[in-house]
Amino acid sequence: MKYLYFPGCSAEATGKAYDISTRAMMEKLGVELVELDDWNCCGATSYFSVRELDSFAIAARNLAIAQEMGDDEVCVICNACYTTLAKTNRYMAEDPRIFEAVNGALGAVGRSYDGKVKVRHIVDILVNDIGLEAVTERVSRRLTGLRVAPYYGCQFSRPMGSFDDVQLPTTMDRLFEAMGADVITDFDAKTDCCGGMMMLTREDAALRLCHELLTAARQYKADVLVAACPLCEMNLEGYQPRVNKTYGTDFNIPVMYFTQLAGLALGADPKQLAMEKQVVSCDPVLAAIPA
Amino acid sequence: MAEEKIGVYICHCGTNIAGTVDVEEVTRWAAEQPNVAIAREYKYMCSDPGQDLIKQDIKENGITRAVVAACSPTMHEPTFRKAAGDGGLNPYLLQMANIREHCSWVTIDHDAATEKAKRILGAQIHRLPLNVPLQPIEVPVNPNVMVVGGGIAGIEAALKLAATGKKVYLVERDPSIGGHMAMFDKTFPTLDCAACILTPKMSAAGKEPNIEMLAYSEVTQVDGYVGNFKVKVKKKARFIDTDKCTGCALCTEACVVRKVPSEFDMGLSKRAAAYIPFPQAVPLRATIDPTRCLTLTGKKCKQPCVAACGPEAIDFEQKDEELELEVGAIIMATGFQLWDPTPETRYSYGKLDNVISSLEFERISNASGPTGGHIVCKNGEAPKSVAILHCVGSRDDNHQEFCSRVCCMYSLKFAHLIKEHLPETEVYECYIDMRTYGKGYEEFYKRLMNESVHFIRGRAAEVSAVALSPEEQGELVVKVEDTLLGITRRLPVDMVILSSGLAPRADAKATSQIFGFGCSSNGFFLERHPKLEPVSTVTDGIFIAGCCQYPKDIPDTVAQAGAAAAGALALVDNATVKVEPTISYIDPEKCSGCHICVGLCPHAAIQYNAEKDAAEVIEAACKGCGVCVAACGSGVPQQRGYLDEQIFAEIEGALVV
Repeated sequence: MKYLYFPGCSAEATGKAYDISTRAMMEKLGVELVELDDWNCCGATSYFSVRELDSFAIAARNLAIAQEMGDDEVCVICNACYTTLAKTNRYMAEDPRIFEAVNGALGAVGRSYDGKVKVRHIVDILVNDIGLEAVTERVSRRLTGLRVAPYYGCQFSRPMGSFDDVQLPTTMDRLFEAMGADVITDFDAKTDCCGGMMMLTREDAALRLCHELLTAARQYKADVLVAACPLCEMNLEGYQPRVNKTYGTDFNIPVMYFTQLAGLALGADPKQLAMEKQVVSCDPVLAAIPA
Repeated sequence: MAEEKIGVYICHCGTNIAGTVDVEEVTRWAAEQPNVAIAREYKYMCSDPGQDLIKQDIKENGITRAVVAACSPTMHEPTFRKAAGDGGLNPYLLQMANIREHCSWVTIDHDAATEKAKRILGAQIHRLPLNVPLQPIEVPVNPNVMVVGGGIAGIEAALKLAATGKKVYLVERDPSIGGHMAMFDKTFPTLDCAACILTPKMSAAGKEPNIEMLAYSEVTQVDGYVGNFKVKVKKKARFIDTDKCTGCALCTEACVVRKVPSEFDMGLSKRAAAYIPFPQAVPLRATIDPTRCLTLTGKKCKQPCVAACGPEAIDFEQKDEELELEVGAIIMATGFQLWDPTPETRYSYGKLDNVISSLEFERISNASGPTGGHIVCKNGEAPKSVAILHCVGSRDDNHQEFCSRVCCMYSLKFAHLIKEHLPETEVYECYIDMRTYGKGYEEFYKRLMNESVHFIRGRAAEVSAVALSPEEQGELVVKVEDTLLGITRRLPVDMVILSSGLAPRADAKATSQIFGFGCSSNGFFLERHPKLEPVSTVTDGIFIAGCCQYPKDIPDTVAQAGAAAAGALALVDNATVKVEPTISYIDPEKCSGCHICVGLCPHAAIQYNAEKDAAEVIEAACKGCGVCVAACGSGVPQQRGYLDEQIFAEIEGALVV
């Protein structure tokens, strides 16, 4: 099995551990990831709000490269990249004017895009291509007894819900159940927003959202929150001290990329999964699951 | 072809047609067409003077064919055909050319519209010489009526018809009539007790000699046609001899299976396997639930019910019965089902205690309900705060797009009842807009605003049990954006009522297929015309009333039931009914007897005659849909009024202009 892989720019900086653990996890599953040549930032959500057409063009450049590389799908790990690229596909398909304009822009740099490259979220690939059965077969360290709260974030299945339920996604629940974890399936904050980029512009608003999410995690007695987006992970983990200061709380809840926890279950070493990069120590998680 | 004298009548329809189509030009053009003797234009052809133009031309100018270029034939074809008939012409020698819906209303460019009008009209002028006189078919009418569904709509329609002396079969699926209204506590906006106004009607229906009540029964098959329906009804076994049963309920007290969730109480109380759904049930007879009774499920039971029953009414050997009934008209009043709020996962229905549906609240607030009318949470304590969330499943692209019309008002009623029972309890109404459109409804809303209810304009986002502050501990938290204040709020409450919309019954589509009419895109039964024939269906002789057509409140339901009864009466009060002659016929000499049309006919109107080795059309049953005409490989079936040569002539006429 082989996939074209678009890491996204967070994965080169704050979300480095997501990229590292993704590669390690996929290696354990025997899946080859071929990084997209000369990829660029997807534009994320904020650029869409100010310059929509430019946004489509820069997102489409990545898809054009995938097409040039001869593949008809590309694996994406970040929720924002996923939504942005998939949205570009959808708008290009639905509106010929956008299709023309985007191709006009791509033409200026000697490229073109036919709109046919499928954008695949890595969770989708794990659960629907590789399949839970094949994943389970390769589990060497079952997550028995670990209370996992899968946190999907707002853009995982919204707005399109192409591979999971829009309101109540369950793919990560099923993944970690297959790995033996005690998954909190009724974790009702699983699609609440973490505040996203608001952490830089309206910190008070983003901290409030993180506080709600962390409170929910504690109330559901989660040992660990797992995320599928670098921004979610950073807000929920990195800002715990700030939340504690603002709200007088004492949160110290491990937050991991889902690839780190899945990688552990698949037998990867914590170092291979860049777990030392986590701000809140993952030691309690490691201690809770049998080696 | 004999020389015909065609009269052409072009309608302005005020400015509906003349505003876009150059009517003078079309008239000039029409006058020059072959066979056209007279071409006239008139402001409103459907008016009396307009119709008189046709009659006069027939009488005085010897017109032998006529075409009216105006609106859709579904609108006024009967009007003009009648006028032609009054003038002495066979009505089927008049054609309509639809230059309104098919032309002026949908064309912007005036020249193009005028050109198009000529082609539409030309098609009819060209086909008219081929028209042949037809005679309507007259069939006898059975005077009996069947009403399907025993809620307030069905009861009302049945009572009205019975009062005229007609025999009515009232078919109800459940063991008792009464429907949803029997479950309600009070009715808005007057706050009459639902039972007080409904039970007299229920018992009147039970005692009415002209009504044959078929409770615990379902229609399985409908054959026939207007005036002459043959209906198969399955009378489900109650395992009780209803002639002997007195409704004393001793069997239900004796029954050892006691934990069956009560349908009538929305599962909030338990009933026995031998049960009477509620004390005012009509017919007041026991029923034994075959899915729960120990004896009927093959388990051991000492059958204390048999010992308890004085009149020896219990009969475990009873079987379903199949009745075959003949009626002239049918009224559908099969009602609605509450939209199940479970898929709206963000409201946590079925997951968190004390998040309840509106029908559950109806039972809780009802004096004869599971809590004796005490409004309480699951732990038995009265709620100190309640949030009522509007538009659950309604006005939502993800669920039901439409407004259910009654939820705003019943939500206001709930708020009033809570305030009446528990004056200290805080009540929050989270609404999108308040839709209080009926008589006395806005006044009721105003009254509630003075009863210290909190109105928050905003659709609730979520119901959660995650507490962010001490006062939220142990509470349900409703997250909602107050769009008037421009802030998001968190409301800690003890109880959340989900004001769910009204949904079509899960089997509405299957039911509509049994009876041979359709459903709208939203799943409710489709009326023939939304404004002018709201209680008729496309199948002559079948009428609809109440919430099976669309969500509506009790006043509208009762009004519609009366209208449906009048519609049925207008049919069955006649000895005969005229059926359109534009139906198909099969020439037995040409038919090869291949049977293809027999199986395809959606109205079972074609039968195979073995003696002639040919298919033949049952004239009274044929609806003139044309399926057989299109399906036959040899082109044998032909439809009167739509003969091949007539259709080809129309096409030619449209092209030669």
